[in-house]
Amino acid sequence: MEHTPPPFFKRGPAPLVRLAFFASLSIALLVIDARFKYAEILRSLIAVAAYPLQQVATAPGQFAGRIAGFFASQSALQQDNAELRAKLVSSAQDAQRFEATAAELEQLRRLIGAQGRMDLKSTAVEVLYSGRDPFARKLLVDKGATHGILPGQAVIDETGVVGQVTRVHPLVAEVTLLIDKDQAIPVQVVRNGLRAVAFGSGSAGTLELRFMAANAEIQNGDKLVTSGIDGTYPPGLPVATVVRIERDAVAAFARIVCQPAAGVERNRYLLTLSTDAKLPPYPEDAAQPERKGKGKGKRKKESADAR
Amino acid sequence: MLAERPQYILLPVKIGTIVISFVAALLLDFLPWKDVALVPDFVALTLTFWCVRQPRLVGLGVGWLLGLIMDTGNGVLLGQHALAYSLLAFAAITLSRRILWFPWLHQAMHVALLLIGAKSVEVLVRLVAGAQFPGWTIIVGPLLGAVLWPVVSFLLLAPQRRPVEIDENRPI
Repeated sequence: MEHTPPPFFKRGPAPLVRLAFFASLSIALLVIDARFKYAEILRSLIAVAAYPLQQVATAPGQFAGRIAGFFASQSALQQDNAELRAKLVSSAQDAQRFEATAAELEQLRRLIGAQGRMDLKSTAVEVLYSGRDPFARKLLVDKGATHGILPGQAVIDETGVVGQVTRVHPLVAEVTLLIDKDQAIPVQVVRNGLRAVAFGSGSAGTLELRFMAANAEIQNGDKLVTSGIDGTYPPGLPVATVVRIERDAVAAFARIVCQPAAGVERNRYLLTLSTDAKLPPYPEDAAQPERKGKGKGKRKKESADAR
Repeated sequence: MLAERPQYILLPVKIGTIVISFVAALLLDFLPWKDVALVPDFVALTLTFWCVRQPRLVGLGVGWLLGLIMDTGNGVLLGQHALAYSLLAFAAITLSRRILWFPWLHQAMHVALLLIGAKSVEVLVRLVAGAQFPGWTIIVGPLLGAVLWPVVSFLLLAPQRRPVEIDENRPI
């Protein structure tokens, strides 16, 4: 395009001018989105346009699944049924015991005047597909703001925490998995109550406990649950199991690798949990946290004291 | 070499064909793929095709809008695909006079370079924004896209190859 067209053929601005315009527009968007998070309105508007396409794109898979389900063999169904019945009986026992205990606990709490334990509101969601972003570990689920999904909600499956709702569109929501590099979750060791923060390790599919002293009391096989002190995740949900500890005399911190308890990359149906934890406001005179919790549960590490 | 190949006189392109091809490409991209790094970016490929074939109709604006749709649909940083597709459209338009003179294989090699360039813009943006490098498998997608170039060209040119007057005795 080195020649300039005669002026009687109107071709608009030169390609380089257009490139400069669109590139600077894109870079402005990138900066706004990455630094200031102001682009959410625009994003949700375009997401409405993209939603029907996403629905149509996921339809064949769902249809195939339904067909496969229709032709599932009788014996497999019977076996499943029997297993589920057995599970139901044992769960019913647990549930009854839990109800009794919960009532008792409520009574005791009332006695000592503590605030009632928050009610968990849960919504079942189905995974549409995993995010088409090789840099992040995200899922898109089929419910959004119109179904009452809120950013910051915890997402679990039947065995533990899977991740957190990080972005909500009107009809779909985005769940960041625990193993994403930027995701953090406050945890507690079941065995001794030691508090820590577990970070995703990116591509490896594991979690990492950072900033734990080299002599921290933690063992292979320790179970980690959510501590609930962040007010975002309900306390006591299984998160991970410690699988490897490297204590290096040179480094100040131990390197602790954990395996997520939930099928972080497996399940199709998930549950979002919201808590109405009524935490008192952060004291004015105390040091402000580095980053206000944008529902990410990122906190300064608590002092590692075993209760 | 060029004289040996048959030259088709194509019908003028219809806007509907372009729109439908982009919608189909978006659908293919939104399919629940197992490993997204290994899947070619169909939207980028279709955009390259139309920028090469119809640089007057499809250009940077279309690329930018498609990039925005991809960004929101995939839940990535807003502007990442938009920037990559704008640059891709610009490069494709600049090369459009040149690419079509080559045979299929050489065309595909040009396209491979274009697609790898677009993908590396995306990678660069994400690395600057603080993400982790996802590994070299990410280059497989653009290469597969280049392999698909002859197929895509054939499919997208098919509507323009139809005869003006339908002849009963003619097979196609």
